[in-house]
Amino acid sequence: MAKKKHALTTRLWHWVNAVAIIVLFMTGLNISNAHRHLYWGHYGFDANDAWLHVIRFPGWATIPGHYNLALARDWHITMAWPFGIGVLFIWVAMLLNGHFRRDLMTAPKDWTPGAVIASVKAHSGANAGAHHGYNSVQKILYGGVFGVLLPLMLISGLAISPGSGGYAPWLIDLFGGRQSARSLHFIAAWGIFGFFVIHIVLALSDWRLILEMFTGGKREDGAPPAPPQPEPVAEPALAAEEGAPAHG
Amino acid sequence: MVDLPRRSLLAGMAALGASACSKINDSETTQEVFKAAEDGHRALHRALAGKQGLAKEFTRDQRSPTFRGNGSVTVADPFYQDQLAKGFPDWKLEVRGLVETPLALSLAEVRALPQRTQITRHDCVEGWSAIGEWQGVQLGHLLDAAKVKKEAKFIVFRCADLYHGKPYYESIDMVDAYHPQTIIAHSLNGEPLPEKNGAPYRMRIERQLGYKQAKFVQAIEAVTSFDQIGQGGGGFWEDFAGYQWYAGV
Repeated sequence: MAKKKHALTTRLWHWVNAVAIIVLFMTGLNISNAHRHLYWGHYGFDANDAWLHVIRFPGWATIPGHYNLALARDWHITMAWPFGIGVLFIWVAMLLNGHFRRDLMTAPKDWTPGAVIASVKAHSGANAGAHHGYNSVQKILYGGVFGVLLPLMLISGLAISPGSGGYAPWLIDLFGGRQSARSLHFIAAWGIFGFFVIHIVLALSDWRLILEMFTGGKREDGAPPAPPQPEPVAEPALAAEEGAPAHG
Repeated sequence: MVDLPRRSLLAGMAALGASACSKINDSETTQEVFKAAEDGHRALHRALAGKQGLAKEFTRDQRSPTFRGNGSVTVADPFYQDQLAKGFPDWKLEVRGLVETPLALSLAEVRALPQRTQITRHDCVEGWSAIGEWQGVQLGHLLDAAKVKKEAKFIVFRCADLYHGKPYYESIDMVDAYHPQTIIAHSLNGEPLPEKNGAPYRMRIERQLGYKQAKFVQAIEAVTSFDQIGQGGGGFWEDFAGYQWYAGV
């Protein structure tokens, strides 16, 4: 049975989330310019207590393109909605349609150096893409993004809001204080940015990967729980089309 | 030389982007979406926390070593400066507007009312936080003493300072006005408020950002609407810079 490589829920979420995180990141840089010091703990206002002094992000990197805290905040906390609901949505979808179990869930063997080397080999050279499913490095990276960075962005963002103290003071304590939550929000944002760069570079290496994120592509080894079968004789081009993992 | 066309191309793209963005930002739809998000956050916070849900209170040893004074930190008015030097003996705090019994209280009278002490975190819109111990009178207590009328929908705080040449003011709705931690504070860390923190009175509205915590408060005014006050935004920063009126996010 020919199945789509990317489920409709995945594609829909992917593009909504792409827009949301670009706006959130660039407005976030504008907001960062308002106070360019990061602290640990509950309080922090004195630059001498900061663990990090952040550069002033230039206008081309921010939304809007000049310092405007009010407008940057308007965009940021509005776009937080599609982002936050999207993270919940994709997790539910991934758990229901088996994407998580099939592609992202790691086994102990995925964490071995051998698995990492095998992943790198599979991802480069003439044979790139001639395998099915996600390799170990991809599982770990995607798992880190879905399991750690995206939820961390969401809950640290909530913890920064003064209103959250009224309904979830434990959330702020979880981070060890509002300033810690703010620091982690910043760190996780750059973690997502790092992933974004790798993701874009790898996706641009084969434009069909980007097209497939619109059309869904084809997946022929359809039965979800079955482990991917190696295909020793596959045309590289064909294999890349049907079996290539979503690099990016 | 090679760089030049690329730069002008980039500049052109940036300019195009900027003009497109300002159109998006200024559009009525965008503004309505922002307003919906702001109202939505307020409704959601109220639903989750309840009207009376308390902001976290800290212990004395969790206070920040100092409390930053930011924004408007001084009042030019000679009467104010004279009163500041003397400890505000002739300074009156008015409770007025839609009340049956307008009040004009001296600092000694305010200090003689039932007091609330709370150690809370102050979150600036810029991102920094400070923790201090505030003492003062619950706003709800003053409103009850003045017999606030039923038609009052908002409480406006009139301040003694001019900031960027304009009178500072702020406003909150009746839910926040009657929140137990909403106090009109006269002391910080056991001392009378210093000028930079708003002597002789500043508001504490603990579930919202710093710009709502009006300093140098002279009058508390009950109104049905703040459309006719300032530029109608409900506060100095709301008028001056477009900050959100509900500052719980």
